[in-house]
This record gives sequence, C-alpha cells and structure tokens, in this order.
Amino acid sequence: MRLDGDGLIDRTRRLAFTFDGRKHLGFEGDTLASALIGAGVKVVARSFKYHRPRGIFTAGSEEPNALVTLGRGPGQEPNARATTVELQEGLAAYGQNAWPSVEFDLMAVNDLLSPFLGAGFYYKTFMWPKAFWEKLYEPVIRQAAGLGALSREASTERWERAFAHCDVLVIGAGPAGLMAAWTAAEAGADVILAEEDTRLGGRLNAEVEEVDGQAGSAWAEAMQARLRTMENVRVMTRTAVVGAYDQGTFGALERLEPGRALKGCFWRIVAKRAVLAAGAIERPVAFSNNDRPGVIMAGALRAYINRWRVCPGNRVAVFANSDAGHQTVRDLLAAGVHVSALIDARADAACDLDVPFYAGGQVCDSGGRKALESVSFLHRDRIETVQADVLAMSGGWNPSVHLSCHMGARPVWDEGLAAFVPREGAVPGMRYAGAAMGMFSTRECLESGAAAGKAVVDDLGLNGAEVPVPKAEDGVYQIKPLWHVPGKGRAWLDFQNDVTVKDVTLAAQENFTSVEHMKRYTTQGMAPDQGKNSNVAALAVLADATGRGIAETGTTTFRPPYVPVPIAAMGAGAQGKGFSPERFTTSHDASIGRGAPMIEAGLWYRPSYFPKAGETHWRQSCDREVRMVRDHVGICDVSTLGKIDVQGPDAAAFLDFLYTNMMSALKVGRVRYGLMLREDGHVMDDGTCARLGERHFLVTTTTAAAGQVMRHMEFAHQVLRPDLDVRFASVTEQWAQFAVAGPMSRALLEDVLKQDLANGDWPFMACGDVRTKGVTARLFRISFSGELAYEIAVPARHGAALFDQLVAKAEAMEGGPYGMEALNVMRIEKGFITHAEIHGRTTAFDIGMQGMMSDRKDFIGKAMAARPGLMDEDRAQFVALKPVGTVKELIAGAHLFAPGAEVVSENDEGYITSVAFSPMLGHVIGLGFLERGRARIGEHVRMVEHLKGSATLCEVVAPGGFDPEGGRMRG
Amino acid sequence: MRLPCPICGERDRREFYYAGHAVALERPQEGAGAEAWDYYVHNRDNPCGETRDLWFHESGCGAWIVVTRDTASHAVLGAVLAEEAAR
Repeated sequence: MRLDGDGLIDRTRRLAFTFDGRKHLGFEGDTLASALIGAGVKVVARSFKYHRPRGIFTAGSEEPNALVTLGRGPGQEPNARATTVELQEGLAAYGQNAWPSVEFDLMAVNDLLSPFLGAGFYYKTFMWPKAFWEKLYEPVIRQAAGLGALSREASTERWERAFAHCDVLVIGAGPAGLMAAWTAAEAGADVILAEEDTRLGGRLNAEVEEVDGQAGSAWAEAMQARLRTMENVRVMTRTAVVGAYDQGTFGALERLEPGRALKGCFWRIVAKRAVLAAGAIERPVAFSNNDRPGVIMAGALRAYINRWRVCPGNRVAVFANSDAGHQTVRDLLAAGVHVSALIDARADAACDLDVPFYAGGQVCDSGGRKALESVSFLHRDRIETVQADVLAMSGGWNPSVHLSCHMGARPVWDEGLAAFVPREGAVPGMRYAGAAMGMFSTRECLESGAAAGKAVVDDLGLNGAEVPVPKAEDGVYQIKPLWHVPGKGRAWLDFQNDVTVKDVTLAAQENFTSVEHMKRYTTQGMAPDQGKNSNVAALAVLADATGRGIAETGTTTFRPPYVPVPIAAMGAGAQGKGFSPERFTTSHDASIGRGAPMIEAGLWYRPSYFPKAGETHWRQSCDREVRMVRDHVGICDVSTLGKIDVQGPDAAAFLDFLYTNMMSALKVGRVRYGLMLREDGHVMDDGTCARLGERHFLVTTTTAAAGQVMRHMEFAHQVLRPDLDVRFASVTEQWAQFAVAGPMSRALLEDVLKQDLANGDWPFMACGDVRTKGVTARLFRISFSGELAYEIAVPARHGAALFDQLVAKAEAMEGGPYGMEALNVMRIEKGFITHAEIHGRTTAFDIGMQGMMSDRKDFIGKAMAARPGLMDEDRAQFVALKPVGTVKELIAGAHLFAPGAEVVSENDEGYITSVAFSPMLGHVIGLGFLERGRARIGEHVRMVEHLKGSATLCEVVAPGGFDPEGGRMRG
Repeated sequence: MRLPCPICGERDRREFYYAGHAVALERPQEGAGAEAWDYYVHNRDNPCGETRDLWFHESGCGAWIVVTRDTASHAVLGAVLAEEAAR
C-alpha cells in the first residue's frame, strides 16, 4: 500500500505498468519493487528449487527473491531484480520459474517432495542407470531448473564498451563515498564517483536522519549538485563496479535510464587509487518458514517507507538483534503503520516506544498460506503468536567486502561487529571507507570517507584544503550475534538457491566440512548471489555444526561480477560482422558484380569462382577457369598475400637470417622463392623475396601468416639481431596486386604496359618497375599456376581500375578472371604447397626442400632442423596420389595405409592434405604426406576415411604431375 | 592488467601479444650443442615470484618489450625495450 507524504517520488507523474499482464500504477522515482508493493502485490516469484511463493525481500541489487523477466521478444531480459528496475511507462514484467503463474504454480509440488530434495539430491539420485543421464535426467533437470529464460531470438539490444581513466575511483556514493570523492576532488584529483543507484546518498535516502542540519537525502542532493559542477569529477549513477583486477583496472556496468536506444555501457576503469565505499548488506536470521512473502529485511522496509512511501502491509512485527528494530519501529509509527510487536533478541534491551516489546525474544516460525498472517516467537520460555502481515527482520550488517577480495585476499573476521571486514592492502591502491569497513554510524561514515579521500590524495602527492565534515547522527552499533533460531520447519539461509540450515548441517554430517565443499554440495552462495545475503549466516551454521569458530571456518571465494553483467554488454560491438571485421580487396566490387561467391581467408574476402551463364555447379566454373588460364589467360587478385617492404644497409643480411636460403646472393631485379623456419626447425611460412635495389627488398607472405610473419620479423630484429641496420613495414594494404597467368599473359601485359617483355629483359623470376597510364607499377615474373605468368602491383588507389582493364583485355583474348578454386586446382596440379601442407608440424625435409637450407650461414631454425629426428628417412614425406581402383574419391584429412593392412592407428602411414580434380590430367589428385614417400613412387596405398566410410586404392606419384619440366612457366 | 610500454606508456594488456619467458633473448651461438638449443627452445621455468617475459606491442608501436613482473602478486615491476635488453 502507498503511504502519504513526499518521499523521493514524484506523485505528479503517474506511470502505468503491468505485472503478469495485470495493470498497475506507480510513480516516477519508483522501482518495479516499490511500485509492486505500492500496488499490494505480495507474491512476485517462485523459489529456485521448491517453487515456494516469494515476496520482495530487499531494496537493492542483493535481492534474492524478486527476479522477474522484463518484456517479451528479442529484447526480453530474464532475471532482472525488481528492486533495481526503474519503473517506466508501459513496463511489462513477468514472474518466472512458475507455471502457469507465480500465484498458482504446479511446480510447487516440489515443496511437498522437499524431504527428498535436500543437499546433494542430484548427486545421490541421478547416479544410475548410467545411460539415463544424458537422455532422461539431464534434459528433465535442465527443464525444471534455472530461472528466467531468453527469448531464443537474436538480441536487438545495443550496448557499448569503453575505457575510462582517473586518479581516484570512488565506489559507492553513500555518505562515505560522497565525502571521499569531495575530499579528493578538492585536492585536484581526477575523480570518478560510481554509484549503482539512480541517485547519490546510499542509506541517507532510506533513513530519517539529518546531515548538516538538513535531511540526509537533501544533503546528498546538494553534494551531487556540488560535485557535478566540478570539472575534475565524473559522477556515474546507475553504475555498478563489478570487479577489481590487476594494476588498478575495474570493471563497471552502467545501465542508462529506461527508454534510451542504448541499454548501457561496460566500462573498464583504470584508476591510480580507489576508495571502496560500497556500504553494507543487512543479513537475515534463519528461522522456520522465514521465506514467507511478507518477511522483509528491516533496512529495506525503512527504505520502502521513507524513500518510496510504500509499505507491504498494515500490521508489522519487527525482529532484530540490534537497535535496527527500534529504528524501524520509529519510522513505522511516524508513517502511521500499526506495529504488532518489537521482538529484540538482546535480553538487556530497553524500549521507550509505545509498542508491545519483547526483550530476549526470538522469532521461531511464521504462519500464513501464500503470505504472512502471523509470527510466532519464543519469549521467556513460552511461544507466543502475534498477528502480522509483515515481519521486518535484521540480523546485523555485513560490510560489502566483495571487491576487496577479487584479487585473492580473504576478509578478516571482526568479533565485535560479528562480521567480516576487508583486509588492509587486499587490492593495491584501494582504501576503504564507511560501512564497507564496518563504520556503521553516519558520522563515522562521513569521517572515514573524508579520511580515505585525504589518504588517497596524499598517496598521489596532491595537496588540498581539508573539507569540513558535516554533523550527523552518531549511534553505537550494539549487536548480539544471532544466526539461527532452532525449530521444526525449514529455515532458509540462501533464499535464491533454496538452501536451508538443514542442508548445511547435512553437508557437515556427510563430511563436506570445508566451506568450499559445503558451498558446492548445497549450492549456497552460488550464482548471482555470491553470498550477498546468506554468506555469513551459512558459515556460522557450518562453524556450529563442525565445532569451529567462524574465523577458522573462513569464507568462500568472492568472485566477480558483483552484480550480473549481460554477455551482450561485455561483448558489445562484437556481434555479427563486429566479431570479425571484413577486409576487401580493390577488386571486391567488380568480383561481386560478376556474381562471384566469396570465400573467407582470415578476415579477407576472396572470390571462389566467376560463374558464367549456364553453369550450375562450382566445378563447371572452376574447370573452365583452369582451362582458360592454361589455354589463354586469367586474372586473379592476389593482393591479400602479405607484403613487407625491407630496407637498409643490412637488409640482405637480415633476410639471410630469416630465410633458409641465401637472399644476399640475389641480384637486383630478381625474385627468389624463400622458406622461413621457426626456431624449433619446422616450417613457418613460405613466400617470395624480390630485390628491388641493393638495400631494398619486398618479401611476400601467405595470406594466413602475414601477421605472424611480421611479428616474427620484429622479434628477429629487435630481440635477436638489434645490431642489424634494417627497417621494414607492412605494405599489404598499400599495394593492389594481380596475377596475370597463361600463355597469352605476355601479350596482354605488353599491350597494357606498351613495352616489350621478352625473356631477354624479363626472364622467369625477374622483377622491376614498369609504368602504366602514368602510374609506376611493379612487375614480378612469378607463377603459382605453372603457366607463363606475371604479378603486377599498383598503389591500392589504382587497383580497381587496373583490375577492370586487365579483365577487359583478357576477355578480348578468350580469357577472364579466375577465383580461389581454380588457383587451388592449378597449384595442386603443380604440387605447390600452402598452409595445408606447411601446417606447423612439417620440416623442410618433409616437403623435399632440405636443399634450400644453406650451410653457408646461420638462420632461424637451422640448429633445430638438423636434429636427427627431423631428417629421418622414415618421416612422412610430401607426395602426390592418384586413384587407381574403381573408387575415384580422395578426401583431404583421410589417412593412408598399406593395401591389406588392418586399419588401426599403429598401421597409419600418412595422410592427405589437399585434394582437387585436375581437368588437365583428367583425374583427382591428392597431396599429402607418406612415410618414406619419396622412395615409394609407383607403390599403391589405401586411403581410408571413416566419417564418410570411404576407401580408395591410390598410386603414389611425384608432386607436380602437370608439366613436370616447367617449360610452360619459363616459356 | 596494464603493461608499461617504454615507448607508449602504460597500456591495457589487450594491446600486447605474449611470447613467454625472456630466455628467448639468449639465443645460443651457431654451433652450440644440442643441450643449449633444447634449453633455449623448450625448457621454461615456472617461477612463483619474479619473472621476466616478452611481450609484443602489436596493437601499439610494434616494440618487443621485456616485462618484469611477479607471478604471485601480479605486480608489474617494470619494462624495457627488448632491443636494449638484448644489446
């Protein structure tokens, strides 16, 4: 119900929303939770395991019960905490984990079965028969378990990711955080103040309390206004700091106010210093049926009354073990709500309030059906019962130590507070202030906040005038530890995961006595809860059951994130194409225009083939393109190959060190094939090396290894040979390069370049500058097809025009463009290798290039390549295969066996790496590796492939069966 | 995690490529024995405490750097250019 009075809501702005389809009204400033309480909704959820009806339990992100689904469709958000959802016009929220509804849930049968569903239930029940697990148990459990569901549609939500940097990050903007931020800001520090709530103030917005002679919330508002005017302060509301990481890095989730196109931002905040002022979380007491809707934390109830002017009932009983009970009763009476009992667990407590008071009482049971109707308590050895539809309880406060523990430190047990406090120095550069370090009075919070702010600016060497600490309430926190009131029924410790006192004692009995084992056996403190509500009480019960102290029992590990973070926020920008950006060549549009399907090569997109009218299968296009190149001329964009420009007096010596062969012996105007090894002696990459000048080389890498080779070259230079005077840069993007291949290629280029390209000046493996249409281009007479061929490179801005010109000329000569499929077929016909063959486990010896390893110089990989095991004749060696039986199929990845040998791994003799149908030879060719392969030319082997159930008898042949003498290439 | 690039200043670790222990700086001379090469290429200590390793500022200036850090506390104690460390 809604109370009179102002609170911090705007009664002039009514907001209509629905919960489970029913219409309600709330106000601007409400959360979904306060609006539901205002509308008299009591049951908002069903519990995780037993499907018990549950009501709103807290007023913050620690809420274990009121998890709801927001919206429907692609943007549907499950497991939102009603306590942190800002109300907006038209909001549609739905209960979850219930069928058909949270009011009437058929799954509640689980509650009757609860004697069988205790701790370890899954482990004990679903053991046998083994075969049932995958087919029956797991699907059923997965169906029944869990809370809200995703829509299964692609999300349309938009998030961002960003970095922020500051001198001081203040986490939490209660009285302590505000003072820390102000103090640091006045000293000139660059401050970020992050607050999870929509407004600053923390508990000041929830309590009836004065700061500096005005209402606490008004003081906080004035502070907010003051900080907002300071240029060196960034105030970030709706921003939860979720994790503390190395070197002052923090993760933070900012949610924007509802109705914006952007949902929010996942921040990585880098701070020189941090102040943890995250406050504290009130803890429940375990007693029988303490989970009944209507039972609520006392601090939360005060927040609902004072900030939002709502109360979940009109007869309230209050149960506490500190002065929190009295404070709650005062606020209730001031709001005109009837209080049926104040039950104080402290026997020596006194009371001057006009309500029934029971010192030394302990609530032991709750009554009612779906909602609370009565409260029973033990007082002076008698059980008494009072009527109540709300029970406000407080078992004391737990400082929010979480972020102080994210780097592995454990908190320290404080006997006087009966709570864990953060360990000094737990996170480098982090200091603590306020309730997060166990300072529970407002005056202590303000003072410790100012002190922490001063300390961090001192650390940073900044000087500023001290800020005055305002006057405020200074109570003394007197608490009688109380975790569990014995009784017959189930007493909940962890509401979110449905873990009771019995479960924890059962875990102890079954010897899960370590706190980490107990957690996993019972699921206490798992998942988003991370022990926010239940941690200390569960530890206390375990400590009792095992006869240890709480300090000795210790805590479980606090892990990030402090509040749930949507994957969509952390991965913002990485959906779809954002996950793998596209790199296009300069001929991309022309290729698309010709209907070429694209194939991805790393991030590059390259044309597979260029279909012509009437071609219905890629093989038709591919075979035609191969014949076109071999008979006439073809054009292919090869710009994606890595290009690295190497210059300097020691350029040649540097390349000698990188490649197995002698690049220093290369003449200016010539190109040489080169092989690079890793230091362990295996092949890393191959490519060409063109000598453009005495001190100037251009080397190419394979498309896939371009980045790796660049890194490797930087390593070789900076780490291994810094003495060499050489510089290099990637120019892959700067040059567009096209292969012009086929018997007509010379004629075509002579026409384009208007110059003679006869063998005399332009023999095989020549290179040099040429000019076309006023542009200086580079021409390389190299061939990956085995034909008379050239590659011509122009600055990338001229690429598209040159491609169009080359293709037009080729088409006039019965030629045209060719794609990756034809390129691949031709290199397989020629037995040229790619990364299918140099896959990281092959040596120069394996691919038959041991002769390219110079013995006249040192090079990377030389020593290790000489190991006997890498030069062993028994190794699998590079060969080609052709089918000779009735089955003509070869499959890449298939393994090779001697004909008649049993197909077991001991008899495995090799494998196939590349396969293509050769239109020139008229049969399928396989490339692969076969033990002692070079000595077995002419022998038969059997290819076996289990996935397709295929077996093919093959003849071992030498690679490069098409034009083995290479006459066409040199022609 | 933040690494202090001697050229660019302190940067997020996502800008760097990690390449293992800085033993890679000490490449054996040509003709060194099999044991020296085996140690250089394959053997790595797994210290609890201070260690030196190589990082490549791939999304930054392209410098290989030698970072001294503590594997237990995660403290980063300093960084120098590999080029200087190697000289």
